[in-house]
Amino acid sequence: MNTHVVSLREHARDRRSGTRNAGRGQIEIRNVSIHFGRGHDAHPAVMETTLDIAPGEFVCLLGPSGCGKSTLLNSMAGYVKPSSGTVLVDGEAVSGPGPDRGMVFQQYSLFPWKTIRDNIGFGPKLAGRGYAETDSVANTFLEMIGLTKFADKYPAELSGGMQQRVGIARALANYPSVLLMDEPFGALDAQTRLMMQESLLATWSAFSTTVVFVTHDVDEAVFLADRVLIMSAGPGAIIADLRVPLDRPRAADMATTPQFMQLKKQCLDLIRAESLKAFEQQNR
Amino acid sequence: MSSQAHASKHDEPAAVSDGHESKAPGCATPSPNAVPQGSRRLDFAEFLRGVLARHAANVAISLAALLVGLVFWHVATHTKLNVYINFENVPPPLRVGEAFMVHLADPEFYIHIAVSMRRILTGYLLATALGVITGVLMARSRVARAFVYPYIEILRPIPAVAWIPLAILMWPSEESSIVYITFLGALFPIVLNTLHGVEQTPEVLVRAAKSLGASRLQIFWHVILPAALPSIAAGLAIGMGVSWFSLLAGEIISGQYGIGYFTWNAYSLINYPDIVVGMLVIGGLGTLSTYAVKLAMQPFLAWQRRAR
Ligand SMILES: Nc1ncnc2c1ncn2[C@@H]1O[C@H](COP(=O)(O)OP(=O)(O)OP(=O)(O)O)[C@@H](O)[C@H]1O
Ligand SMILES: [Mg+2]
Repeated sequence: MNTHVVSLREHARDRRSGTRNAGRGQIEIRNVSIHFGRGHDAHPAVMETTLDIAPGEFVCLLGPSGCGKSTLLNSMAGYVKPSSGTVLVDGEAVSGPGPDRGMVFQQYSLFPWKTIRDNIGFGPKLAGRGYAETDSVANTFLEMIGLTKFADKYPAELSGGMQQRVGIARALANYPSVLLMDEPFGALDAQTRLMMQESLLATWSAFSTTVVFVTHDVDEAVFLADRVLIMSAGPGAIIADLRVPLDRPRAADMATTPQFMQLKKQCLDLIRAESLKAFEQQNR
Repeated sequence: MSSQAHASKHDEPAAVSDGHESKAPGCATPSPNAVPQGSRRLDFAEFLRGVLARHAANVAISLAALLVGLVFWHVATHTKLNVYINFENVPPPLRVGEAFMVHLADPEFYIHIAVSMRRILTGYLLATALGVITGVLMARSRVARAFVYPYIEILRPIPAVAWIPLAILMWPSEESSIVYITFLGALFPIVLNTLHGVEQTPEVLVRAAKSLGASRLQIFWHVILPAALPSIAAGLAIGMGVSWFSLLAGEIISGQYGIGYFTWNAYSLINYPDIVVGMLVIGGLGTLSTYAVKLAMQPFLAWQRRAR
């Protein structure tokens, strides 16, 4: 019954062996500032940020609303060009979006006119893999997310949690070295969210991709991450870089351990201070 | 070592959440208390029967409404009703019906229809090709948009009839001026609906496609075009209607054939029943071809119907 995860791992290993080695997915952010608008309207969203993320690391970006989390993530995805500084992935400057960096959005980002199977197979298809290989990749991932029965349905026929599982599978079907996730579970109910978190960790452990995960939920960040990065109120800069002292695999009951609680409190205090600042800024 | 633990942990929640989530409102089961999985087939059969029943009811109502109109027309002409609107010289439905039957037996009548349909088809296909391309260009390029928009705004309100003299002067043959007029009718709704549809493409889908490795052309084929398709389909249906609407104006130019010419000719000969026959045939063919366009688009929009 675990064969699909095992076969996934083999898939992942196959793809990595050869020209690419296992150390993929290193992110270096060097003095990045991002401004929006021009002249009078110009305002900074991200300020002088420097950051290193090791291959295979799971990093959560935490911060008050509007502090620039999405903007920073989008600069890694290549949707936004830094006004100054550089973003390097595996030593190469990011110049635009690409299949080596998978992206998962908050919601409604599946192609509504493609079936679940075709959504997942879209990346491999674009990469010019043959019909048979695309199909086999799609099947593997359908099995992984437990939605084989829904393969020929359209996204609108699935619940939000199912859609988000497909979104993750679609991004992973390219075997990216980096997976970028912008509040992917933000729109889900608490129960579904918890299950999604566990299944994301299981998937991640099979793939060992680097994950950058944006969230405003402290519990989620501590439960998932190796490192929690806390951003200041806009313009965003990273004010704390906290290592999570919990073992892997993570289990839901770890949320009651002293280490978890302590780190959570630390995060909450920092966030509260920043949120207050943000609130004052916005109401000035 | 830990892989087994991970894997099995992953299995359970997935299975549990399936059961849990299929009750969520995201599912497209039509009746509110429908249960998924096992009874899904049954539900669907029921759903289909419901749709048919509802359809049948609608068709029945429409037919009844037409019958009411027919009866009124008959009574009004029979009693020579003259209350502000004067029915005294309006041909009664039975005489129109008779005239229609006579024409049905006349091969020339079919030539009129065939010639008109060929003109509509030519004009319409040209309008579809040019309209979709123009609409997409306008939506994707600011320059193209600023360049084309004034032409659309100025030309769109001009009625087809007003084009007759210029069309005759501009185009080399009678045939091409008629096709031009039907083409123009279809063009504007197709351009504007395409423009609107492309503009509505959600940016997040374009981004998703880029991150999956799509080139500009692939984004166009796999994202922008399908996203715009519901709106384009609406434009195509409206365009077909307007094409028929402009037909008579175009065929006034014609010296011989076409159902618009037939109608116009009946007017010149003061043959009232034939005028009405021509009008009704134009109306009927317009309806049918609009329906055909909708039907042809349906396979491409299946995902949308399922989403409701
Ligand atoms: N395309 C844009 N044009 C102009 N300003 C923008 C744009 N995108 C973001 N901003 C501004 O940049 C700042 C940071 O936005 P960003 O979306 O990165 O915040 P966030 O931390 O992701 O917030 P949230 O938690 O609400 O998603 C905000 O002040 C926002 O108004
Ligand atoms: Mg955001």
